[in-house]
Amino acid sequence: MNIEGKKQIWNAYQKEIAENDYFYARSCIRQNFFPASEVAFLRILREELHKNIIDDPNHTTCTGIGYHSDIVPFDTIQTVVARQFSLMTQAGLEHMAISCVTSFGIYTEILDLWHHFPEQLEKIREYLYKATKREFNLPKNIAHTSDVIYKFRNEIAEKAKYKLVNKQTGEPLNVVEHIGCHYAKMFPTKGVGGAEFPQVLVGMIESWGGNVVDYPERRHCCGFGFRNYLVQANRGYSISNTKKKLESMKPYKPDFIVANCPGCAMFMDKWQYTLAEMEGVTYDENGYGIPVLTYEEMAGLVLGYNPWDLGLQMHQVQCESLLDKMGIEYDPKAKYLDKNGNQMPLPEKPSCLKV
Amino acid sequence: MRNFGFSTTKSRTIDYGDIDRRLISYILENEPTFNACLSCGSCTAICSAGNLTSFNIRKLSLQIRLGDLEKTHEEIDKCMLCGKCLLECPRGINTRNVVMLIKKGLTIFEIKDKA
Repeated sequence: MNIEGKKQIWNAYQKEIAENDYFYARSCIRQNFFPASEVAFLRILREELHKNIIDDPNHTTCTGIGYHSDIVPFDTIQTVVARQFSLMTQAGLEHMAISCVTSFGIYTEILDLWHHFPEQLEKIREYLYKATKREFNLPKNIAHTSDVIYKFRNEIAEKAKYKLVNKQTGEPLNVVEHIGCHYAKMFPTKGVGGAEFPQVLVGMIESWGGNVVDYPERRHCCGFGFRNYLVQANRGYSISNTKKKLESMKPYKPDFIVANCPGCAMFMDKWQYTLAEMEGVTYDENGYGIPVLTYEEMAGLVLGYNPWDLGLQMHQVQCESLLDKMGIEYDPKAKYLDKNGNQMPLPEKPSCLKV
Repeated sequence: MRNFGFSTTKSRTIDYGDIDRRLISYILENEPTFNACLSCGSCTAICSAGNLTSFNIRKLSLQIRLGDLEKTHEEIDKCMLCGKCLLECPRGINTRNVVMLIKKGLTIFEIKDKA
């Protein structure tokens, strides 16, 4: 196939991502486990890219975890989503930037439903009005926040202080990219590259100098699976999926994993501790595990942000090995200092995973 | 090791770079006709042992090719060596010899069933 033909086909896998003026929808998991990631995202957009993004404190959870666990009824989640749209409308915006992949799936699913069943949209408008006296417009553009970073990846590369390159050897870092299932597997046209060739993280990694690892279980689920995790007795399903992925990527010696879904980043990070405690296994050569970053953290590191301001000390698998490879300067003594410079309590050390 | 109230299960992923090829190599070396098998299942359909037990020679041959030898011993012992499969095979494979080679191979390579 000639290059023109390839370009033509690839065009079918693109999605439109708004240029500016976003309404930010935060993620429950990301706020709790990677709290600095969302701060870093807002900083990158406002200070580096000079974009307008509204972070409204009145916005709430999308209730996606409850919905996927059969606790929250479908009409309820639709009304909650309608309320987020009403906040966006109130702010005078038309573009949503959604931090969570679960929420992104929820929003796209509901908009698709309303497109096919307009009577359902009218019903939800009525529910929202009765409950809150609020009204709303539908967004003109919905993007996951990784789409936004992907769109401006070259601008970030121009401002980069560090590259995804091993400073000692000059070789690109081997990066495992993991795309959340609800990003493009539900509605392939809503993700860059569709479900077959998700490009959103690959684009960032390649623009910032890294090498993407193509391993057998690359498109396998991280194992979260909502109710698979929420019921303790079922967690064996969840951790076995993560184990399958980690075993599959191990021979390729990845320097780190990056995920665009908060749940995936959390599980691939924290299950490494659990697997080490249960079975005594670690997935790097030195027993430290494979560091797992969110794409905001990866962008922040590339832009030269302080790793402790990015919250890397909150991770289960510690990231110093990666910082050293990239040649990032950091103060080890400042790792557990709070914002006023006071020492915070030190976390307990795991029995197997080295820290 | 710590107990969190749940356990992991072994992945069923088949890694072709990492499978146990000892038995299949031994069979193919000594009964090259086995290469011609198209997994049609005629052997299994005609099998007397298969009518009386869960023995499935087609399944077994696929498992051996994939290096999945966990229950081979138990399964192959169900064969009565009647040889009807040999008469039925459209590719003329000496299936009875294949069964004998499986038995011999398990002994030579000291392959035991997993409990």
